[in-house]
Amino acid sequence: MKVDRRQFIKISAGAIGAAVAADIAGLGVDMSAAQEQAAKVPMKTGRQTPSLCPYCSVGCAQIVMTNDAGRIIDIQGNPDSPLSEGTLCPKGAATYQLVMNDLRWTKVKYRAPGSDHWEDRSLEWAMNRTAELVKQTRDAHFNEFQELPDGKGGMKKKRVMNTYAVASLGGATIDNEWNYAHQKLMHGLGIVYVENQARI
Amino acid sequence: MPKGMFVDTSICTGCKACQVACKEWNGLDPEPEHFRKVPGTPYPVAFNFTGNSYDNTGKLSASDWRHVLFIEQINYRRVGSRWLFMSDSCKHCTDAACLNVCPVSAIEHTDMGNVIVRQDKCVGTKLCNKACPYGVIKFSEKTRTSHKCTLCNDRIHNGLGTACAKACPTGSISFGEVADLKARADARLARLRSLGEAKANLYGYSQAGGLKVFYLLMDKPEVYGLPENPVVPQRRQVSSLGTKISTLLAGIGALVTLRRRASGSVPEGERRETNG
Amino acid sequence: MIMGSNMAECHPVAFRWPLKAKTDHGAVLMHVDPRFTRTSALCNIHAQIRAGTDIAFLGGLISYVINSERWNTDPFFREYVVNYTNAATLVSPDFRDSEDLDGLFSGMSADGKVYSKESWSYQRHPAPKPSVTEAKTFTDFLLQRIPGRPKTDPALNDPLTVFQIVKRHYSRYTPEMVERVCGCPKEVFLTVAETLLNNSGRDKTSNITYAVGWTQHTVGVQIIRTAGMLQALLGNIGRPGGGVLALRGHSTIQGSTDIATLYHSLPGYLNMPDARLNHDTLKDFILTEATPVATSYWGNYPKFAVSYFKAQFGDAATKENDYGYEYHPKITGDHSHLPMFVDMMEGKIRGFLCVGQNPAVGGQNARFQRKALAKLDWMVVRDFFETETAAFWRNSPEVRSGELKTADIRTEVIFLPSGIVPEMEGSFTNTQRLLQYHEKAADPPDDCRSNLWFTYHLGKRLRALYKNSTSGRDWAIKNLTWDYEPSSAEVANWKIKDEPSAYRVLKEINGYTWSDKKPVPSFANLKEDGSTVCGAWIYTGVIPDEGKNLSASRQGDNWISPRWGFAWPANRHIMYNRASSDLRGNPWSERKKLVFWDQGAGKWISPAGEGIDFMPTKAPGSKGRDDGIGFDWLGGDDPFIMRPDGKAWLFAPAGLVDGPLPTHYEPYESPVKNPLYRQQANPLAKVWNVEGNPYHKVADPRYPVVVSTYRLTEHYLSGAMSRWLPWLAELMPELFCEISPELANERGIVHGEYMTIETARGEIQARALVTRRMKPFVVDGRTVHEVGLPWHWGWQGTAHGDVVNNLSALVADPNVTIHEGKVFTCNVRAGKRGGA
Repeated sequence: MKVDRRQFIKISAGAIGAAVAADIAGLGVDMSAAQEQAAKVPMKTGRQTPSLCPYCSVGCAQIVMTNDAGRIIDIQGNPDSPLSEGTLCPKGAATYQLVMNDLRWTKVKYRAPGSDHWEDRSLEWAMNRTAELVKQTRDAHFNEFQELPDGKGGMKKKRVMNTYAVASLGGATIDNEWNYAHQKLMHGLGIVYVENQARI
Repeated sequence: MPKGMFVDTSICTGCKACQVACKEWNGLDPEPEHFRKVPGTPYPVAFNFTGNSYDNTGKLSASDWRHVLFIEQINYRRVGSRWLFMSDSCKHCTDAACLNVCPVSAIEHTDMGNVIVRQDKCVGTKLCNKACPYGVIKFSEKTRTSHKCTLCNDRIHNGLGTACAKACPTGSISFGEVADLKARADARLARLRSLGEAKANLYGYSQAGGLKVFYLLMDKPEVYGLPENPVVPQRRQVSSLGTKISTLLAGIGALVTLRRRASGSVPEGERRETNG
Repeated sequence: MIMGSNMAECHPVAFRWPLKAKTDHGAVLMHVDPRFTRTSALCNIHAQIRAGTDIAFLGGLISYVINSERWNTDPFFREYVVNYTNAATLVSPDFRDSEDLDGLFSGMSADGKVYSKESWSYQRHPAPKPSVTEAKTFTDFLLQRIPGRPKTDPALNDPLTVFQIVKRHYSRYTPEMVERVCGCPKEVFLTVAETLLNNSGRDKTSNITYAVGWTQHTVGVQIIRTAGMLQALLGNIGRPGGGVLALRGHSTIQGSTDIATLYHSLPGYLNMPDARLNHDTLKDFILTEATPVATSYWGNYPKFAVSYFKAQFGDAATKENDYGYEYHPKITGDHSHLPMFVDMMEGKIRGFLCVGQNPAVGGQNARFQRKALAKLDWMVVRDFFETETAAFWRNSPEVRSGELKTADIRTEVIFLPSGIVPEMEGSFTNTQRLLQYHEKAADPPDDCRSNLWFTYHLGKRLRALYKNSTSGRDWAIKNLTWDYEPSSAEVANWKIKDEPSAYRVLKEINGYTWSDKKPVPSFANLKEDGSTVCGAWIYTGVIPDEGKNLSASRQGDNWISPRWGFAWPANRHIMYNRASSDLRGNPWSERKKLVFWDQGAGKWISPAGEGIDFMPTKAPGSKGRDDGIGFDWLGGDDPFIMRPDGKAWLFAPAGLVDGPLPTHYEPYESPVKNPLYRQQANPLAKVWNVEGNPYHKVADPRYPVVVSTYRLTEHYLSGAMSRWLPWLAELMPELFCEISPELANERGIVHGEYMTIETARGEIQARALVTRRMKPFVVDGRTVHEVGLPWHWGWQGTAHGDVVNNLSALVADPNVTIHEGKVFTCNVRAGKRGGA
């Protein structure tokens, strides 16, 4: 019996289903034979969650496998994707090492002005400090009006409701939802130096 | 039915996804030889630049089970330029030299025809390292055993294909029944020949009793460093070593003990790194 | 044709498809590129051109096509071009071409800084009598301002037709001129031209694919326009297998453009209010922006704009207060990345939120950018690793050389660790405008949080701080709608319970009715009376119903796959797809069938399930209303519905600051004089004459070598997501410079050893990779050498190398302020930097 990969992987907005080989679909394999063999050589399995490659803009679909403890144990291509059909480039194939990486910084770090070292701080402290800094800088440098050329050789006082003292620069591997919320917050504060990797 | 891989180098882009996908699934370390400490950085930094086109890993090793070759063929007039790529690994020989020379029978053909090093049996004699005509199998100082591609033994025994074939963005590496793959390889060669690719050829049909991983090459095998006629030491040659063997076996007993003590006897393909 | 892209290298999985077309279907792949790359290796034809001469090459193709026998005799081309492009439109008799003015167009100001576009405009019939006498709504005002229809000559004979202007404009772009300017042999150019022409028409389409190899130039926008013109002339737009495909850089770089976190744009390509323009009130803003485009689908601008402001301020946004428009910030200049760092250097910017970017490596003139960081009062960095940007104050090259002292750097730095994609849910928009959703597989470790978490909780804190303010300047932050609290089900399985609901944000982007909070299924449902909210109208339809998220649909098929993800707008995968049928609404051919008119049903249909990018019931041949806006004005044969005349623009009467037609200009830094015009470079290129950013003169003998920067498969951009991964680091461990044996011999540079590359901005060392894949070009009889530098390295992570962007300059395209990292000049010598 040939298994159609699209029959095999359930169409779901949630997890694909537990304890299935990471990419069992898509290969047109004889499942009955596979099930017989399976007992002979153990293989890692786990809960599978549909995800996306964090690197380039092709949008290759990934399947993230987690073990019973909820720990990520494998990330590979999703053969169901009509874009990538389960394949990945070397970066996409290395996504597991991006996530499960000893060199990753997972704690807040703080460097005081003029200091030569990082210090530990709590997340709560860092968020409060960030809010305080944004507010201080914005309030000290907020413009309600500005004299601007009127296009007829003269100047005109125009309402600008902005601050030039705070800038935001974002990467482009960050969800659409963040982009939306972030532009909303920045505009709510009057911040106009809002930029993204998308420009370059 | 024997399983294997067909590597169509004519559509390889040299991206190395196969190298990384292999490491990801099989939990392989970065190659220790490629890293060293540098002042000011608390962790090892890669320094293995070779200048050999885009190839910096250079060869197969105990933690590099795949390797992509880059061959630049460009004349000074830049006419007819070619940049050839080939993703290399263990060829899973039918008549496997490594298997033939192993004095403790740690190397086996499975029911699917792939050749695996049983990590619970290997005692690290390194005889296989020398015997392999392709320089595939390598000794690891970390585990004191030899390692190589297993044809993703766990995956293929659970109904999957190999990790490299799955990741390959262009389908240059395909996994399947050897007979099916050969049909595909023949058709592909005929097509390329009809398009005027006179140098295209298939490698691995006859070598070492037939390779279960075989290649469509765009130039003569020696251009890729592949022997036209690989020398395969036979099983009986090992026996003829006579008295040397008994001495060797005595040593092996000690090695086995050491090895069992040093690490859990975990079959290759089940090892899993939990971090990078 | 792949040009301005190294597709196999930078988009390896996408390259699967053209390669499949080649091996399975006999498609011809062509690569036009200065270097022989992994892409060239897999293509049938490689045309090697000097960096920065793309417009000369493409202009040559246009000239070849429109003068060819086939193009002039096959009725397909005439039917497509006369009806679906503005080829027949008459341009003002005042227009003067760059052929007439030696590289400039008519309308240049006396100081040479700005074009007046009046002489570039269409000739028009008299304006219609407005259908509305008393305007009550924004739409009414637009209805009172409709211009007359453009005048045309469908025979294309009038010398003032766009077609004749284009033909004259490129008349000197001959194969011989292409060879002279681009350094590409005439025969190779002709093979490319013939292949494109032979593979375009009724039965066949050709595609052109590009990436940042086109954008990162001072003429970037114009290069892409040239390709658009060529494809329009070949009838390759709106049809399967055709088009101009932009391969964008990051997983949701398209989303960051659509849902813009870019200074000049509001989500959904509405413009940012600009105090320099007549944007004083919401009405002024809408009329200034929408009037020139009201006869396109942009006639709905008032609905999109009001729904956006209503989404920002909710109940506080009323008709009486202009939906809060007064309190929304206005821009007053170019606030993009490059001027951001110039202003940071000058002390104007005091605080900096750096979320997932690494300008210390990735920024142009990176030394300048790092030194600007040292001028800040504070900086917040969100990333996975201690990037060069996070660490600039302790170990940047400037600190190590003593140029900056750590103790003197007063920048307060907060590093907030970020979650990674599998640790959060949300949507990405890929390079094909396809929204896909990723689910959360695990909690992020320790203090790591999603970026949405950061922005949401920062917003909550700030709103609390401003809670009691009565000042008008704080009205916007106080009245922002800011409730993305998760449902208990969304966080039930996770340790982090205060993760905001990505679904609720996406629902707001999609839009909903304010009163009952029900999602709107289509942007056609949006209103200008404040009854609907919509964050970005182009994404409407992704959540057509409560709880139904089409970006998370995962059912593919063997072609368009309309049930895999959601392609904005309205699940249309191929834009302007009405053009896939002829004037009668029939498919151009069976082979290239996509969207066509079903006479019986009286509507456009697509059996493949493609979204119809047209008004579904507007019959082919039907006439638009002269006094209408939007689809009312457009006719049944106007496929390009976002253009105010419904046509693809061969000539751009508006929208570009640097000319209505692409013209070959040399890069801002070039070793050669422009062989075509006295005007050397783009007259409007953006330059910053500030300390630390010197430029090289034309043909500067100190910097005779051309340098191009680019990426490799094994790494990602500034390396922030690849250099900390040993699996990737060992594949490409160190910075190298690709250099031809000819130049290496000339300079005594030895393969594998160190060499130094130098500009007036900086000096770096790299290993020499001497290869014949690099080629010296002969331009106007003299040799021009090029070297290539991948720019992934820095001093942090597990693969180290000098920062290539130390070499580049702050100089940019005048339309979009994208830098010119793809081509500038340098000098090279053997040995390590500093003469070691």
